[in-house]
Order: sequence, then C-alpha cells, then structure tokens
Amino acid sequence: MSLRSLDILEEMARMRREIDGILGEGGLSSWTFPFSRISFLPGRASQVYPLINISEDNNNFYVDALAPGLDPETLNVSVTGDQLVISGEKRPLPKNIKSEYIHRSERAAGQFTRSLSISAGIESDHVQANYTNGVVKIVLPKVEAAKPKQIAVKVS
Amino acid sequence: MAEQTAALTTEKAGSPDKTKEKSLATRDEAIYIAPPVDIFENEDSLIVVADLPGVDKDGVAINVEDDILTIKGKAKYTQLANVLRQEFTLQNYYRQFQLSDEVDQSKISAESRNGVLTIMMPKGEKSKPKQIKVKVG
Repeated sequence: MSLRSLDILEEMARMRREIDGILGEGGLSSWTFPFSRISFLPGRASQVYPLINISEDNNNFYVDALAPGLDPETLNVSVTGDQLVISGEKRPLPKNIKSEYIHRSERAAGQFTRSLSISAGIESDHVQANYTNGVVKIVLPKVEAAKPKQIAVKVS
Repeated sequence: MAEQTAALTTEKAGSPDKTKEKSLATRDEAIYIAPPVDIFENEDSLIVVADLPGVDKDGVAINVEDDILTIKGKAKYTQLANVLRQEFTLQNYYRQFQLSDEVDQSKISAESRNGVLTIMMPKGEKSKPKQIKVKVG
C-alpha cells in the first residue's frame, strides 16, 4: 500500500514538472524544451506542428522535423522561393473500432502544414529529404554566395 | 465490458528503477519521456500503439514481468553542426502498464515502423467472447 502511494507522488511530481515547464517560461522558450516533450503531436496541446530543429554547417542547412507515424505517401516537402513547406498526415485509429474497445487515445492525428522562410540562398534543386524512425531530415545545400569564405591572413 | 477492459490497461506510475538496471544508471538516461499511446482491442487481441520518434527497432525494449508491460526506448538523434533553432530534444522513453491475466503473455509480438511501436497482445482463450446458445424449452 505504501509503495503505491509513493508511485502516485512520483506521478504528481512529474505532472508538476511538465506544467511548470509550460507556464514557467514565457515567449519563445515556452515552445522549446521542455514544452516540446509533450507536444510532438498534431492537434492536442500544440499549435505548431511538427516541431523542428535547424542547424547549419558551411555547406548545408539541416532541418529536422519530429513527426512519428506519418503515412509516407502523404509526406510532402517543397521549396518555393524562400519558403520551405512540410506537410503530411498522421492517420487516426482505424474507424471500425467500437468506442468501447478504445481504452486510451493519446496520439492525436490529422493533417498538418508548417512553413519556414529561409533567408540565405539555397539550391532548391538539390534539397534532399529523408524519413527515418519518425524524424523527417531535410538537407538544404547553400548557394555559393551564402557559404562562408575563408580569408587567408598574410603575416608580414 | 467497460469494467473488464479497464483492468487491461491500468497504467503504472513510476520511473525506471535505477538500482535494478545498471544501464539506466547514468545521469543522461535518468531523464525520460512517457510516450503517448493508443490502446484498443479487437476480438482477438489488445493492441498498444506508442509514438517513439527517433527510436529504431534495436532501440526498443519490451518486457513483461509480473503482469507489468514495460516499454523502453532509446532515441538515436544528434543535431548536426551549428544549432540555429531547437524546438525538441529526444531522450529516452519509458512507460509501464499493468496487464490483466486475459492477455496471453507468451504470444506478445511487436513491430516498429516510422517511429511508432505497435504491440500486439493476443487474448487468452478464456477472455474471447463466446456465444452462448439459449435453449428455449
């Protein structure tokens, strides 16, 4: 019995941490960690879907989008001008299940679109996208003009 | 029916037991996410679907012990190069459910696809619905 009540305390502490994470930080940071832990689903609890990470190196931009369980045929990545658009659909539960046979339905589903504007020039013909383990990985090669130039310093 | 099925999916609160398993003892792995799940049943089985983005099939560990189903996942994800924006991080996943004895625990199977884990748990013979003929005498 005492073991069980400990479990409940732990669960309450976890919920509290999650709520603190949402309410505790204002502005942009509330969209980021740790809010992102509970909002990688379309629909519920998130207005921005999918969540993305962006990084760069000298030659490429890398955009990673967190979108588990997509129907790969619906996944669409396109570049128009300076806009990168990611869209797709996460399938809901099969319709033929009677409601009394559904015990939990936490994985929200639906269609989504997210667009990003890219300020630096990219070669839109050579954009690559890969869908692995529920993460969409997009590689956007930079145009020559956007790549950093190394300038040799002469020592005289 | 509702009462019976509620027992199938009771969630166990709690965190990974660090004393039992050395692999979970590092600081990094002490942080975990409870993955969102769908649980539903059909006539033959109980099906658990969990979102585990970033986890490949080798990173999943499913364990049934003492009627407790444990789902563990280890996400493989690193952000390349210079980070410009970060909205998510992927860590480890952990969630437990209490199973009732209606599930045939020897026949549980699972598959992992596109970051979604599906666990099929066949019901034992006794919990399948049976038609009982009513004789009219």
